[in-house]
Amino acid sequence: MNKTQSEFRKGFQSGVSIAIGYAPVALTFGLLAKTTGLSFGETVLMSLIVYAGASQYISLSLLTLGTGIFEIILTTFIVNIRHFLMSAALNEKCEEDQLVNKAVYSFGITDETFSVAAMRDDTVTTGYMFGLNLISYMSWVICSGIGFLLGASLPQTLQESMSIALYAMFIGLLVPSMKKSVKVVCLAALAACFNTIFSLTNALSTGWAIVIATLLSAVIIELMEGVKNKQRGSKGEK
Amino acid sequence: MRSEIVWMIVGMGLVTYVPRVLPFFLFKGKELPSFVQGVLKNVPSATLGALIFPGIFYINEDIWFGILGAAIAFIAAYFGANVIIVVLGSIAFLSLYSFIM
Repeated sequence: MNKTQSEFRKGFQSGVSIAIGYAPVALTFGLLAKTTGLSFGETVLMSLIVYAGASQYISLSLLTLGTGIFEIILTTFIVNIRHFLMSAALNEKCEEDQLVNKAVYSFGITDETFSVAAMRDDTVTTGYMFGLNLISYMSWVICSGIGFLLGASLPQTLQESMSIALYAMFIGLLVPSMKKSVKVVCLAALAACFNTIFSLTNALSTGWAIVIATLLSAVIIELMEGVKNKQRGSKGEK
Repeated sequence: MRSEIVWMIVGMGLVTYVPRVLPFFLFKGKELPSFVQGVLKNVPSATLGALIFPGIFYINEDIWFGILGAAIAFIAAYFGANVIIVVLGSIAFLSLYSFIM
């Protein structure tokens, strides 16, 4: 097995948690799309082309409200602008490769695939990204279709229990790094505080709240570290 | 398929893809200032904090659902469990919780 293949496989395996977590969300999306009046083709097409959970849900409720298409597209843009920050961060961590490969795998960047890839200890290779994206994308698209066709989601209890899946995954990704570094604890805690404040005060829409909370935390901690290092440096000179 | 809906989907897809792909073109082969690089390195951990809170409190009308699920995930992850085990463990625990309640 060559390197690309083994990297692809590693990516695919890392995506299993995402696939599990996407299943109930996508099943429900399919079901809601049907109740909203989308056809099967339209439902699957949206999951195929947009591939962004929150904005797909929002578009359904806006359609129900009779919102115009332009406004729906604009809202989608605002909700998904946070991916810009994620791609910029991933761009620093991924292996050098042809731009065309990056252009393909960047389509698959979601909150979840980004988190898994960015928390990886090794370099993020193209093969890894393709594997990670493929299993996540398949789960999202196929489960959207199944949700529409079955016209039902999972049994209530299971559905409720599975709503923890993606959060548990985020925690599972964060905790090992928190154990190794106080900086990670500070970064996550500060961003969590900011986002909670934004959410409770309704100061920003969800899309912007995550971007601003993340940026504020990342910048503040970086500034503090800079100050600390400077102090240490000047002490060292004495 | 109605063409109106198809255009809406295409538009949504486009405005979602552009922020995803743009940084790879904008920053290709560019050495960003070290402060910016530092900030970008901080982004993953910070994003996770913002993705978990406050969303985890809202997954169920019963706020304990999220809190207990998070606690189990935290404990499992702290003791070195693989991410999949963390995920399945939390699901199993919450199934049990809602069965008992």
